Amino acid sequence: MSETMNTDEAGVLAPARGAFDQDWRKLVNWGLICALALIFVSLTDMPDKLDKRVIVEPLLSMGYLSLIWIPVALGNFVTREVVLEGMTQHKKGLRELVAGVSVGAIGGAGLALLIWLLDTRDLSDPLVNWNDALLEVLSFGEGVGYGAIFWILASAGLGLAGGAFHLLSAIANRLLLAIALTIVLTASLESALDDISEGFQLEWLFEALFEKKGGLSVQGAIILAVFAIAWVLVLGGQAKRGRAAVTARRELSPTKVNTVGLVLIAVAAVVLPMFLGRLTNDLFTNVGLFLLLALGLNIVVGLAGILDLGYVAFFAVGGYTAAIMTSPSSPGLSPELPWWVAIFVVVFMAIVAGLFIGAPVIRMRGDYLAIVTLGFGEIIRLTVRSDWASGFTGGAQGILSIPGADIVGVATVKGTDPQQVLYLVIGFVAIAIYVSWRLENSRIGRAWMAVREDESVAEAMGINTVNSKLQAFVVGAILASFSGAIFAAKVGSVFESSFKILVSIVILVIVIVGGMGRIAGVAAGALVLVGILGGPNQPGLLAEFSEFKLLIYGALLIWMMLKRPEGLIPNVRRSRELHQDEFLQDAWLKAQANDDDDEAASGEVAPA
Amino acid sequence: MSERLLDIQNLSVTFGGLNALSDLDFHVDAGEIVSVIGPNGAGKTTFFNMISGMVTPTSGDIVFKGESLLGLDPNQVTARGIARTFQNVRLFANMTILENVMVSQHCRTKQGIMGALFQTGGFKREEQEIREHGEKVLGFFGSRLVGFRLNQPASVLSYANRRRLEIARAMATKPEVILLDEPVAGMNPKESEELTGLIGKLRDEWGFTIVMIEHDMGVVRDVSDRVVVLDHGETIAQGSYDEVSSDPAVIEAYLGRPAEEAS
Repeated sequence: MSETMNTDEAGVLAPARGAFDQDWRKLVNWGLICALALIFVSLTDMPDKLDKRVIVEPLLSMGYLSLIWIPVALGNFVTREVVLEGMTQHKKGLRELVAGVSVGAIGGAGLALLIWLLDTRDLSDPLVNWNDALLEVLSFGEGVGYGAIFWILASAGLGLAGGAFHLLSAIANRLLLAIALTIVLTASLESALDDISEGFQLEWLFEALFEKKGGLSVQGAIILAVFAIAWVLVLGGQAKRGRAAVTARRELSPTKVNTVGLVLIAVAAVVLPMFLGRLTNDLFTNVGLFLLLALGLNIVVGLAGILDLGYVAFFAVGGYTAAIMTSPSSPGLSPELPWWVAIFVVVFMAIVAGLFIGAPVIRMRGDYLAIVTLGFGEIIRLTVRSDWASGFTGGAQGILSIPGADIVGVATVKGTDPQQVLYLVIGFVAIAIYVSWRLENSRIGRAWMAVREDESVAEAMGINTVNSKLQAFVVGAILASFSGAIFAAKVGSVFESSFKILVSIVILVIVIVGGMGRIAGVAAGALVLVGILGGPNQPGLLAEFSEFKLLIYGALLIWMMLKRPEGLIPNVRRSRELHQDEFLQDAWLKAQANDDDDEAASGEVAPA
Repeated sequence: MSERLLDIQNLSVTFGGLNALSDLDFHVDAGEIVSVIGPNGAGKTTFFNMISGMVTPTSGDIVFKGESLLGLDPNQVTARGIARTFQNVRLFANMTILENVMVSQHCRTKQGIMGALFQTGGFKREEQEIREHGEKVLGFFGSRLVGFRLNQPASVLSYANRRRLEIARAMATKPEVILLDEPVAGMNPKESEELTGLIGKLRDEWGFTIVMIEHDMGVVRDVSDRVVVLDHGETIAQGSYDEVSSDPAVIEAYLGRPAEEAS
């Protein structure tokens, strides 16, 4: 895609168009979009709520960042052209700048209007964030006039900057993007970096970068910028070459494993938790729990193509089974088994639940199946809460005082020690990865893929599709139940409210955003969504964002579906499917070349 | 008389009030190549769907090697030894060419989840056999589907090669009977001539019995031992190609009645 977007290489270069030779209607449209976006973000109260989270002290906070990226992005976007081969291309010049400024200024005017309305009207009844605090943040406490003029000018300036990116060379664009990303990312990771730097005795580095009261210092930001420039100039090319080499190798032998990478990850998984502080360990534990769930769902959705929207049911089965088996205060049955014995019961219950839910559901296809699984997910939770089952599950009171997980005579993993729990999670994630990997390249895995591709044909080719799908369902259920059992031991209590439908949705979003059908993709999805934004009930690195989490999930999902439907780290097959036309063209050209060689070699005469 | 491998007895199916097939009655002997022909909508593909278990007949029976196939799921029919191809090529487009022929050996293999997880000797041996059989089947079509093609997705194949891969996929299920649904449709004359030769080889070298739906009369003439003609769900003629092609009922079905009789 980047090749077609690149404005420097392809096409015929024509002289720049005049500065006012514009498509004004388009500019006004985008300007209004910009204004609406700015007003919408303001009314979600992001500027106010996130103002406390400083990026660069005293210049920029997350709150203002939530606004200023909009004019920059739209100012850039309005003059972006998809360049196809042979199309006339104009040199970039003043025209792009004027367009950027116009879009930014219209957007700024919209925000100015909002500031004026905030001051004169009271719409706090439907719009809960319509208050003085927002006005204060937007006008910097200097009055309405100042705020309005500031935003019109600032937004126009930002739009100009957005347009100006078209005039810069590709490398300059890359540098600026790298600097911006490095600074924002480092600032978002502040609390984790604080924690990690303690473990590695790198407090001096942390102090050099960050202010005491939070946020990067100006010199810290400069250091990071220099680092980013060095990274792009020195290492950027090498990283690209390395990636190309890896991709090429994967094309040749898709099932081969990158041993070096695997060993590195394994070593990191063993060593890293020792250096991490409480907070980071806890964070990674949450990531791991969701990764475990996502890997299970990846088998069900990614491999076998069964869209299960009630996957949380198996998480609940794992959590409750472990709780009932181990907790001394479990209301009904209370065998107080050690955790490692309970895990066998958990697996058994997961199989039973998988078969129980799967058997009636699995005969359905597509949308029907999704709706029915959605229902079953809720049924399990409501059953747990019902009077009928509360004798065993504690109903809304839940089950408390679940002892930690003890690993057969080796150690007892207590929920109070995040480092131990992290090791436990890593162990189970490793199991899940191994299972996914082995099953994908086996007779069962191929049958799952065939069922996903075309169920009727799979059936006609001798695959018992009901059995195959049921197997996928049960394997997924077992992996989810592991996650539930660890979750129960970690938290020390289970409540039905931890197993709401939202958990299913978040797991599915992790799989989709990360890259369905690819283990590394799912891991990336879990890291980004649960690690940075936070899980349904678990805080992430950007704890201030918790209120906006679902909004951001939604926006991210829509953006991914439009721009990169194959996910962050895509599965080769899936991205091929989604970019079928581009891919087919390449393959056709390649095959054409090969066929020519073949025919020349065999001396076959082509028919006239 | 040779062994009756596949015996279709008074087979009928109605969809609503439409008689898609009525009282179809014929048999296929081991080692035969039988063509089923007829105008569009004659019920040929419905007939295949019924044998392969995708459509349940209203009455009649399908007997394969002395046992009825009625009530079996499509996968069980395939396991008994009847494989098929589809008229509108339906490959597993995002699986590789090799995987397409590996996955269709599912019902001939039995390693489960445990074998894959613990990489048992049996599992590895079976994987090896599946792969070798798959490559052998693909090799039947010359160099087109092997070599660098093995790990390419089926979606990149040309139309003719997709048809070949469909046949390979059916062969890989280790069947006794292969049902070919318009194997040469959309191929150019040279390609269909070559495929006609291969259909003969399928019987002579691989020992498959073949039932084939085909519109290309050249192909039908060259390979069929017997021809069955269907029209409006009824058998209007059976016999050798020469007998059938001169049968007035067949000519009428294809060309319509002469003008003076039509009134």
